[in-house]
Amino acid sequence: MSTVKESPVSEAVGHCEHPVSPYLRMDRIPHIWCPTCGIGTVVKCYATALEEAGIDLDKMMIVSGIGCTGRVAGYMNLDAFHTTHGRAIPFATGIKLSRPELGVTVFSGDGDLTGIGGNHFIHAARRQMDVLVILINNFIYGMTGGQNAPTTPLGARSSTMPFGNFEPPFNLPHLAASCGAAYVARWTSLHIRRLTKAFREAIDRKGFRFIEVIAPCSTLYARLNKLGTGFNLMQFYHDNSEIRHGADTREVDIGFQKNIVCGKFVDEDKPTFQDRMHQHYEEILKERYVPMAPEGGWIHE
Amino acid sequence: MKTDPAGVLTGVHYLDGDFACGEGAMAAGCRFVGGYPITPSTEVVERISRRFPMMGGVFIQMEDELASMAAIVGASWTGTKSLTVTSGPGFSLMMENIGLAAMMETPCVVVNVQRGGPSTGLPTMVGQADMMQARWGSHGDYELITLCPQSPQEAFDLMIDAFNLSELYRVPVMFMMDECVGHMTEKVVIPEADEIEIVPRKLTDKPPGEFQPYVADERLVPEFARAGDGYRFHTTGLTHDERGYPEMSVKAQEKHVGRLVEKIRANADQIVRFEEDDTDGADVVLVTYGITARVAQMGRELAQEQGVKVGMIRLIVVWPFPEKRISELAGKIKAFIVPEINYGQIVLEVERCAAGRAPAILVSHGGGGVHEPEAIAEAIVRAAK
Repeated sequence: MSTVKESPVSEAVGHCEHPVSPYLRMDRIPHIWCPTCGIGTVVKCYATALEEAGIDLDKMMIVSGIGCTGRVAGYMNLDAFHTTHGRAIPFATGIKLSRPELGVTVFSGDGDLTGIGGNHFIHAARRQMDVLVILINNFIYGMTGGQNAPTTPLGARSSTMPFGNFEPPFNLPHLAASCGAAYVARWTSLHIRRLTKAFREAIDRKGFRFIEVIAPCSTLYARLNKLGTGFNLMQFYHDNSEIRHGADTREVDIGFQKNIVCGKFVDEDKPTFQDRMHQHYEEILKERYVPMAPEGGWIHE
Repeated sequence: MKTDPAGVLTGVHYLDGDFACGEGAMAAGCRFVGGYPITPSTEVVERISRRFPMMGGVFIQMEDELASMAAIVGASWTGTKSLTVTSGPGFSLMMENIGLAAMMETPCVVVNVQRGGPSTGLPTMVGQADMMQARWGSHGDYELITLCPQSPQEAFDLMIDAFNLSELYRVPVMFMMDECVGHMTEKVVIPEADEIEIVPRKLTDKPPGEFQPYVADERLVPEFARAGDGYRFHTTGLTHDERGYPEMSVKAQEKHVGRLVEKIRANADQIVRFEEDDTDGADVVLVTYGITARVAQMGRELAQEQGVKVGMIRLIVVWPFPEKRISELAGKIKAFIVPEINYGQIVLEVERCAAGRAPAILVSHGGGGVHEPEAIAEAIVRAAK
């Protein structure tokens, strides 16, 4: 382990706490992410949104799968679950249904949530499971070394498509919207204020809420595609992002080094799985229906 | 403590094993079930889905068995007793998250109504060929507990034990039924709620800040904090330290995984359970479980008519295995006879425990039906000579 030397700047301003440190497990810092990785920025936006939302953080759960973004749960100062590859959404479903008063955020990557976990993603959206899904899309499997993802743009190189990807990628906002998601937005890790606002808004909404965040992977995606560093990718987002709120999600697919349509595409008030379940059973079973208690279906002394 | 009366259908019933299993789960206090349809197990969740809305329980039919298993692990972290139900192919799909439950030390119960395999095999017909999968199916080292009922009444009774054991040791418990027990209909007596002892989730009395999720007690089992109670804990499928933080080291692996294994091995005497009959002075001892125990009883009687002294061990808890008792008997008898509806699984464990002092003879059946009692009798008589 190397020790971090005091920088002249920190010496000058003294040690002040990072504004979102109460939302992080500071005893786990430094984190594992590469320099110029976009995940940290997105975590900061999420933490800021939690602060602004003013919700009881004891009641907000965070669930991640596996991968670089899968490590987010481990750094948030919430009840945190680092689960199996692809299964964060069904794990979150179990939490939500058995202690309905809790809020649940699923925070994971593109490969985790829509590659190995794609089936859970579409079904949770279809049944309007009341979870906020934050997906960081870096176009590649980062943690395992840059393999092709279901989001890798056509023509982009990955370690398992060394001659360029020829598989069409998912258009994730369209996938989520067509399965019925109540809230669908896309931003990049450059759009920190808009992204924070989207998180803030989505925390207050209900139902299946999906936010895709395009973020740089400089170590693998940028290097394999000769795109420079994370800084160059951020510059690319700056020059090529196009904000089109309410855009038809059929038209927001992402090509290799093509423009990235950002914005809020869907924001609807839809009854959740639990809303429908309660309404249905109350109608059919009347006073015989006993809903799961908000604090959970547990039996205690 | 006594169970919640809302889940207890007190009375004398005529139920099949699947329904009885579902009733057992509800009586044990289970209030979350995630499942996916698969023959011959589906009746368990059909029963539960009909009764749950009247007792504050939630059943959800997930999109597959991977999701079902992940959902019950998540649900259990809220303190809610959780169950999933499946058969062979679904059991295979659940394996990864059974390992997660073992690694995170999550109490839950997995029912496998066994059918003939491998692959799609014999969907509507009996098998007992998943017994080793129950023990070893997920990758890596871990220990868990496996029970095996032989009747609808036991499907009810042992379900309560299954939930209690999962709470006591914080392990996933495998409930290995078979198609015959699942689909046979018999008398099932369900007692009053105040006669049903259940083990509630034992919560830590430490305040947040002092609590660490993986500090084990003298039984090697850690204390539990529920999700949403302000503990802000972290848990992971990665090898972790007492704080639940990932730690990639030989030392952490030995400490954590060593304890996962040892918490069952060191407590095996309290967990092991079997029925023993006429083993004193026996020449041959049958070791059986599930539906085969009932067929073997007939084979045993046929052999007794021919003057053979034959005892019987019926496994109720299969894992951990009653190795001490099998080892003791091995020095006293001529042979063990192990009939099972597979090509040799539990017989290997008997052989291991007998360590060459008595042969363990398999009477196999490939699946799709039960043994002819005569085949078992013949093996007993031959071994006694």
